[in-house]
Amino acid sequence: MYDSIIVGAGVNGTFIAHDLSKYNLKILVIEAENDVGDVTSCANSAIVHSGYDPNFGSLKAKLNVRGNQMYDQICKDLDVEFERIGSLTLAFSDEEAEAIGPLVANAKKNGVEVSVLDPEEILRLEPMVAKNVKKAILAPSAGIINPFELCVALMENAMDNGVELHLNEKVTGINKTSGSFSVITDKSSYQTKTVVNAAGLYADEINNFVSERKTQIIPRKGEYYVLDHFSEPFVSHVLFTIPTDKGKGVLITPTTSHNYMFGPSSDFIADKNDLSTNKEVLDRVLATATKMVENIPMNRVIREFAGLRAYHESNDFLINEKDGFINVLGMQSPGLASAPATADFVIDLISKTLTMTPKAAYNPKRRPLYRLNQKTPEERNAIIAKDSRFGNMVCRCEKVSEGEVVDAIHRHCGATSVKGIKKRLRPGSGKCQGGFCEPLILGILARELKKDIKDLRFDSSGAYILLEKTKGRDRHA
Amino acid sequence: MLNYDLVIVGGGSAGIACAISAFDHGVSKILVLEKDLYLGGILLQCIHNGFGLTKYKEELTGPEYADRYINELKKRPIDFKVKTMVLKITKNLQVQFSNAIDGFQTVQARAIVMATGCSERTRGSINLSGDRVPGVLTAGLAQRYLNIDGYMVGKRVFILGSGDIGLIMARRMTLEGAKVLGVAEIMPYSNGLTRNIVQCLHDYDIPLYLHHTVKRVIGKEHLEKIIVSEVDDNLQFIPGTDREIEVDTLLLSVGLIPSIPLVENIGVKVHPKTKGPIVDESMMTNIPGIFACGNALHVHDLVDFVSLEAEKTGEKVARFIKDENAKSNREMKVTPKTGINYILPCQVNLDNTESITFNFRVNQPFSSVYLRILLNGKVIKKVKKAFMLPAEMETIELPSALLEAGVLEMEVANA
Repeated sequence: MYDSIIVGAGVNGTFIAHDLSKYNLKILVIEAENDVGDVTSCANSAIVHSGYDPNFGSLKAKLNVRGNQMYDQICKDLDVEFERIGSLTLAFSDEEAEAIGPLVANAKKNGVEVSVLDPEEILRLEPMVAKNVKKAILAPSAGIINPFELCVALMENAMDNGVELHLNEKVTGINKTSGSFSVITDKSSYQTKTVVNAAGLYADEINNFVSERKTQIIPRKGEYYVLDHFSEPFVSHVLFTIPTDKGKGVLITPTTSHNYMFGPSSDFIADKNDLSTNKEVLDRVLATATKMVENIPMNRVIREFAGLRAYHESNDFLINEKDGFINVLGMQSPGLASAPATADFVIDLISKTLTMTPKAAYNPKRRPLYRLNQKTPEERNAIIAKDSRFGNMVCRCEKVSEGEVVDAIHRHCGATSVKGIKKRLRPGSGKCQGGFCEPLILGILARELKKDIKDLRFDSSGAYILLEKTKGRDRHA
Repeated sequence: MLNYDLVIVGGGSAGIACAISAFDHGVSKILVLEKDLYLGGILLQCIHNGFGLTKYKEELTGPEYADRYINELKKRPIDFKVKTMVLKITKNLQVQFSNAIDGFQTVQARAIVMATGCSERTRGSINLSGDRVPGVLTAGLAQRYLNIDGYMVGKRVFILGSGDIGLIMARRMTLEGAKVLGVAEIMPYSNGLTRNIVQCLHDYDIPLYLHHTVKRVIGKEHLEKIIVSEVDDNLQFIPGTDREIEVDTLLLSVGLIPSIPLVENIGVKVHPKTKGPIVDESMMTNIPGIFACGNALHVHDLVDFVSLEAEKTGEKVARFIKDENAKSNREMKVTPKTGINYILPCQVNLDNTESITFNFRVNQPFSSVYLRILLNGKVIKKVKKAFMLPAEMETIELPSALLEAGVLEMEVANA
């Protein structure tokens, strides 16, 4: 009997697992995908919003503001890339400038420090911003984070502290029995005292297994462009357009990997698996972004991607508990920024059912990553002296060593696919998009996981890379 | 810290030829750094023949061509390290590299040659709409999987772009039992060498769709089908021309870009057309002591020309290292005009060279035209050209004696 089963290993599921691992509880996380943080948490703006703009009084406002404050400590403990670079919300028309007043009033009520800048101050901070800018809201507490690394780190630490993770397993039903639940999956079934529904886009299905109040999650797609690293000056804050009912609009931001990203679009779609990108949509994104920064170096674009937000008609987070079943629903933006506070909130709800005693052996720290690129030559050589694979570089664009790849495979919550390595260490995320490193990564994965190279996948089970051996291959091997 | 006269980044065709030539011109301490397992670069995965026709008057395979140069290199006391990645280059000519044997090391050089080759344009750089699934990959990566690793990436193949690697792969995958359903080229003319169109497509009845492109990629977990459409003269899709094709592989052969982030990030000026460094008559960039040759400088059509250019670069680098360059400067700027896409070098110190080889490409196909060369507005040379194609690099050598300071222009004129 588990104390809690968490359905979904996105940022909310992994955060809740991480927080529950502090207590003497038997916890299982069930994830349908082949890796943690693989759907909404894998394709978003990667922003820890300040929380100035969600309507005062909403759950979004409350959790965002608190969540933002909690990130410094958690990222320090878990060695996750996070930088408070501040955000600028830019007004270019008189109409947009008028929206600034109410937004600042909302920020005050939410308890978020902001200031209003005039064009001169804006252009001093961000010289690339279009010269017709009228006003801006500066929110210094906004930050950028590596969301892939965050989910992996949370789960790794949770597993270090005893949490179980089942990947590639889909929950197909939940039955409520007296005082417990039986969670049925496509592979097995499990008894548990509590269930946390953190299934993101599929949280409606999980809710509808248990709750009489049926609900629906509608995917809202956002498409983005990613730019390569480059040395010419570009932007150094998160730049937003004025928020509307549809969300925060288009943003332009640096990323923790020193790339740049801009987007997203915002369109309701029918298919929860539709991650396609569309030139017409991206052209729209570009047109909006160009209003903020006129000269976006489109020759630096290395990728386009799409992510799906889990929209619920309330347009707010829906976090509630009934008889040990906890919903974490409608976690669209600022879901990532709110996640630490969301987990806290869920722990409170769960403690109604479970007895929470702190675990004596709890370790809050994750073993840091090697991050060779940030090391001095001496530190680097000390690592290489112990294991020469840290001298052998496998990624040309992002400068990743074989040793780091091996480490990412063998940690708790380790990578098992090409995308898993890409999410953890970035080979394949650079200019060549895997053209150089992908065969090398496949080779390391095959060796370390003792698998035939042909059986490895980009991500899901149908996503093969190599189809078959050539007819002459083994004659010469 | 290690010390070398010359550090060459990249041990492919350009790097090896440059090292041999620099040594033969009197540079004694040379280090070649190669990221792959062996010297030879991309030639090693080009197992088809056709290399060496200009250089050796023979049809060699890529590995055979590489082997000749590697043997020459090994006859000389030139140091080289394989499985060695250069991580950083500084303006004061230090090179940081890493490998499993030496660890992380810094070399002080007196000159650095970027012989880092080029990389393929990817899906991201052409903004191809649709699902983001495996099965869509660059032709060069598929070539590596096939010829180095011994694996096929798919059996029903379509190729986007008529670049040479795509054409070569159309034939190669056909020979390995795949069905190659066609090649789409958005331009009204091919971007590959004529001989490759004939030998790789025509000989295997593989259709080439000019003025066509892939509109959409479709697949759940892996590529399942593509939509191919015709485009008009403005390269916009023509309604009603969509064609759905079931494939498991879409190879991209949509262009090559010199691979020079290592020096671009320290301020080497980049040519807007070639995307490689802007260089002078010595193939030197705007950072003194940093040179470039081969596909890292501009993308070549034939390896023979890479070798020749690299040999010339080796000679120039030797002069630089031995401080034999002219102290005076009679500068001549080089400017492409009508019909010319780019010309290298971009500027020439006439005092520093006896003759200059200009490499250039035209920006559209031409037949029965003149190539006209103007010096300070006056025509100094007129060459009749039966054909000039964007896919083929053109070369013309002019003696410095014929030239003077000012501006040299090149243009295509009607016969």
